[in-house]
Amino acid sequence: MSEEENSMSEIENQEQNGGVPDYIMDLEDVPSKLPSHLQVLKTRVICNMDAPQHTDTLQYSGVYAALRVDNSVRLDSFCNNFKVEVKRFTDDDIEFDMIGIDPAIANAFRRILIAEVPTMAIERIYIANNTSLIQDEVLSHRLGLIPIDADPRLFEYPDNAGGENNEKNTIVFKLHVSCKKGHPRITVKSDALKWLPNGSELIADNTKPNADSKAKTFTSFSCSQGSRPEFSKKPPGPYNLDIILAKLGPGQEIELEAHAVKGVGKTHAKWSPVATAWYRMLPEVILMKDVKDDLAEELVSKCPVKVFDIEDIGKGRRKATVVNARACTLCRECIRGGQEWEDRVALRRVKDHFIFTIESTGALPPDVLFTEAVKILEDKCERVITELS
Amino acid sequence: MEHGSYSDLSKSTFCLVDEDHTFANSVRFTLNQDPRVTFSGYSIPHPSENRVNVRVQTTGDPASEVLKDGCQDLMLICQHVRSTFEKAVNDFKTSKTGDDMDI
Ligand code: SF4
Repeated sequence: MSEEENSMSEIENQEQNGGVPDYIMDLEDVPSKLPSHLQVLKTRVICNMDAPQHTDTLQYSGVYAALRVDNSVRLDSFCNNFKVEVKRFTDDDIEFDMIGIDPAIANAFRRILIAEVPTMAIERIYIANNTSLIQDEVLSHRLGLIPIDADPRLFEYPDNAGGENNEKNTIVFKLHVSCKKGHPRITVKSDALKWLPNGSELIADNTKPNADSKAKTFTSFSCSQGSRPEFSKKPPGPYNLDIILAKLGPGQEIELEAHAVKGVGKTHAKWSPVATAWYRMLPEVILMKDVKDDLAEELVSKCPVKVFDIEDIGKGRRKATVVNARACTLCRECIRGGQEWEDRVALRRVKDHFIFTIESTGALPPDVLFTEAVKILEDKCERVITELS
Repeated sequence: MEHGSYSDLSKSTFCLVDEDHTFANSVRFTLNQDPRVTFSGYSIPHPSENRVNVRVQTTGDPASEVLKDGCQDLMLICQHVRSTFEKAVNDFKTSKTGDDMDI
């Protein structure tokens, strides 16, 4: 399309748009190649009163072939446009903006975070004694869900050792609490789990061991885990020390051993490293018409999260402005009240701007979780490439 | 595993074991962005079977080569995401320690 035709069609489209204002075209991530009305539909989800519209992403490189617009994304243009901005970062969670990426890939990261980044979790419980009210299986399930503060990258999957539980794939904890007769009831919390760096202490079978050889236990550690430098600094244990496991009445006792192994969230949610990981698309709130005076007041009071504010435009007149579109929850309260409100306010979402939040359960810091997730996707690609070659 | 015809290499279905939407949807995206691809899609034949079928049809190039390139692209995208993310986190950390020192 020549320069002239371009500007011609641009003008035409402006007219066809039903008055979509120019400033949409001035938004920085709207390239000027497509006609503006198509560009809006391509990059924004339009959130109408009844349902969102244009929620799909146009991935196929030839969708705009009839318009002679190339829709393929080259790697270098992706690299130039992709941005990450960290908004909040604490020990347990991170919130960041990922800009310029397709939902397919953002969603892959989210899915991997939840289901495929490994952690350590308690998998086997050997109960020597349990006279408490809570049943063995319920207690075991509770123990399994405790987040274990141990770096999973230091361990191997149990399958690698051919079913052997050794110091490279198992962490052993012991829980032995009792409530003496005549004493008040006690609450057993996760801090009662004690790490056994030398492995299991329970004898595996009832056969009498030979006098000279040591009795067989449930693990076969060839050396103590305590000697590993990573553990001498920070011994493995529950990440939260105040999780209630059981309550014991006078005379009751729990004695058990818990073995934690490495696994992934798709096997069982206890191995999921995130409390949750989610994203939302950046909301965009646009005033299509000037909203003035009393209407402006009404608009400001409609929004529960204070997206709008009032600006004085002199001579005692006031005008509504959008000050905090990011906070918008898309409750659509501002477009309730008839067609005239729907015409005044346009609610949209930016399709390639993700507000990503990761809450870690503790084994790894949230930023490391994300880089691990990206690495896992890379490994998947590599696997398929080697399979194809 | 590739299912296609010997005479026409440009259309094939690839059966990937131990993969799901995570990988298939991402690679469908990178494939669709490739101008050589006329069609690409994926399906999961049965939810309790751990496999996906990825269909690739091209304008002429062998489908397996194009799929390989799609994986390669996805990998490069991941690498770029990772380095950008690590840089952003480091910037955030340094700016925060700077703030603390001001106090
Ligand atoms: S949709 Fe709800 S949160 Fe968003 S601007 Fe309107 S009233 Fe405010």
